[in-house]
Amino acid sequence: MDGATLTMPLLAVEGLTKRYGSRIGCADVSFDLWPGEVLGIVGESGSGKSTLLSCLAGMQAPDTGAVLWEGRDVLAFPEAERRRLMRGDWAYVHQNPRDGLRMGVSAGGNVGERLMAVGARNYAAIRDMAIDWMGRVEIGPDRIDDRPSAFSGGMQQRLQIARNLVTGPRLVFMDEPTGGLDVSVQARLLDLLRGLVRDLGLSVVIVTHDLAVVRLLADRLMVMKEGRVIEAGLTDQVLDDPQHAYTQLLVSSVLQV
Amino acid sequence: MSDYNFAYLDEQTKRMIRRALLKALAIPGYQVPFASREMPMPYGWGTGGVQVTAACLTPHDRLKVIDQGADDTTNAVSIRRFFQRTAGVEVTERTAEATVIQTRHRIPEHPLTEGQILVYQVPIPEPLRFLEPRETETRKMHELEEYGLMHVKLYEDIARHGEIATSYAYPVRVEGRYVMDPSPIPKFDNPKLAGNPAIQLFGAGRESRIYALPPYSDVVSLDFEDHPFVASKADHDCDLCGAGSSYLDEVITDDRGSRMFVCSDTDFCNSRQAEGHRGRLSTEAA
Amino acid sequence: MIHIENLSKTFTLHNQGGAVLHVMAGATLHVGRGECVALTGRSGSGKSTLMRMIYGNYRAASGSLLVAGLDMVTAQPRQVIALRRDTLGYVSQFLRVVPRVPAIEVVAEPLLRRGVPGGQARDRAATLLSRLNIPERLWSLSPTTFSGGEQQRVNIARGFAHAFPVMLLDEPTASLDAANREVVLTLIEDAKAAGAAILGIFHDEAARDRICDRRVDVTHFTPGLAA
Repeated sequence: MDGATLTMPLLAVEGLTKRYGSRIGCADVSFDLWPGEVLGIVGESGSGKSTLLSCLAGMQAPDTGAVLWEGRDVLAFPEAERRRLMRGDWAYVHQNPRDGLRMGVSAGGNVGERLMAVGARNYAAIRDMAIDWMGRVEIGPDRIDDRPSAFSGGMQQRLQIARNLVTGPRLVFMDEPTGGLDVSVQARLLDLLRGLVRDLGLSVVIVTHDLAVVRLLADRLMVMKEGRVIEAGLTDQVLDDPQHAYTQLLVSSVLQV
Repeated sequence: MSDYNFAYLDEQTKRMIRRALLKALAIPGYQVPFASREMPMPYGWGTGGVQVTAACLTPHDRLKVIDQGADDTTNAVSIRRFFQRTAGVEVTERTAEATVIQTRHRIPEHPLTEGQILVYQVPIPEPLRFLEPRETETRKMHELEEYGLMHVKLYEDIARHGEIATSYAYPVRVEGRYVMDPSPIPKFDNPKLAGNPAIQLFGAGRESRIYALPPYSDVVSLDFEDHPFVASKADHDCDLCGAGSSYLDEVITDDRGSRMFVCSDTDFCNSRQAEGHRGRLSTEAA
Repeated sequence: MIHIENLSKTFTLHNQGGAVLHVMAGATLHVGRGECVALTGRSGSGKSTLMRMIYGNYRAASGSLLVAGLDMVTAQPRQVIALRRDTLGYVSQFLRVVPRVPAIEVVAEPLLRRGVPGGQARDRAATLLSRLNIPERLWSLSPTTFSGGEQQRVNIARGFAHAFPVMLLDEPTASLDAANREVVLTLIEDAKAAGAAILGIFHDEAARDRICDRRVDVTHFTPGLAA
């Protein structure tokens, strides 16, 4: 739990670069993530934040750089081990719940899939676990046999989170998890995420363009522009005392309510 | 005889198929791609099974062809005639006497023996297909033994029907490695897949895949600890031969809903009747 | 516990022609255990700026700033995060919370973050809310719907939930009635007696005289204002 006394970060990213032909996806990105930390990555569309996230999560292969998980380079992992990581210690929450859920499978089956993937073979136990996790994301047990297509957008997103957290991952990647939701639904989801992060000691890399989201969730912040990290630090320090011209513009552009 | 090469296919094609069969036997349950040929029958009529049979037949073989257990249905009759004309091999309806048996959706009731070859017609060889439509992804899942999704399907069955409602094409794990679709045989037949002395070959013509179970393979039907696999059948005896342990077809006999249950395996039923066994609806003249 | 030497702060406004504002220079200040120091100086002289630099919201331009032994000018973010979780508390003037979170959870959160069991953390939160006269029927509601005074008291309860060894207080008694003001002053006195190093901004002169050992006039650190 105590990040200050550990000697090795959970995730260490070194010089990550991804080009699309002559265009830069992300360039020379480096950072450390310590256990229990939430790192926000902000920037406008095309800033490279989504490219960075997909390179980190192994959905795209970067051109150069290293992603060290507990000191070992994930990019050099054999496919089998990388995928085992993705359904064990890592999880990925998509912006659109349809990308992260099986829409033709019941809510219980969606939550249970990762359990069955790691060898759970007792139906009653899987179901109990699914009900427990649905409860944690505030979905009633009576909805366990309904398909996600019958759920509201906010509920689908909460189901996706339950599905990802059921196997107790230590690192969760989130791509705009509150995007596309109503403001009131967003608030509920943010509160839920904060509680889960705190109670489970999760480390999170969250990509968003919403500064209010990172203000509430993230301990640390990286600001990206044109594929590069232009400023990084404590979230409130970056937002309250931005050093870079672009960050100042970004912060001053937010409507105060 | 005809002007066709023995068993219709040319020798190079048969060699190609035999190589695929050998590979399939070497890696039980693994789907081997092969260059499936156009056959003089529509897809869905057993083009995969026919090609495998053609590659296995020798002039000394005795062939049996069944469709859902019956020797006398259209599909069985036409394939049997096809090989009579193109290979000139002997044919039989007796399971015990056949050296090669091509089957659609059943395993004969009479126990198979060493030296026999059972060829299955397979419509869709990929057991993960209905859960994961991408072929690239299903291949990766087999490669990495990521079979959690198979249990999601069974989970959904129990959640919706209170039990595993999959009654045919029930998925199995072969030798603790590959998950395999046993073709649409009733799950009643699943236990016969395991430890069988015969060679079991599976051919999917449209999908260009061959897979196999060598004799005495370890084959386990997937299930949950608290919802174990059950090989079920209709809770009746055969109305013709009185057999209590064979797989039964339900036959509607008139417009008022009267029905009878008869062995789906016609050879098994006929043999029992010849031995004097009688069922509920047997006429004494039979 | 707080050691500040010759600290300066500038803001560079890149989007306004790169204008550089020198808002603080030569700030020097020490606060020891069990000591309460008041920052004084007129509005705009930089009291809040100094508090934010100590908390790590603002980056220093030069000088040295140590909090409980941690050099805030060079500290890694994770060190600052750990410091804020365990050692350094801050009661700001305004409550900033996630909407929809009940008041009792808001108050218990600093304890939950430190791994205190839920029941124990909520008991402590309930005790504080009671002391600060927040009616129990409000505990399960989000403080975003509360009056200004109620929000301020929730904020104070949250700030005192964990006994931080170093505390920053920004106008803790503003907008409070006499009874609640008394409760807050007692909380501060208790913290002080328990050895906390406290630095605060108090416009309430009577309160300042009662609890503060020393005053530091930040006007001396404000370029252009210093005599």
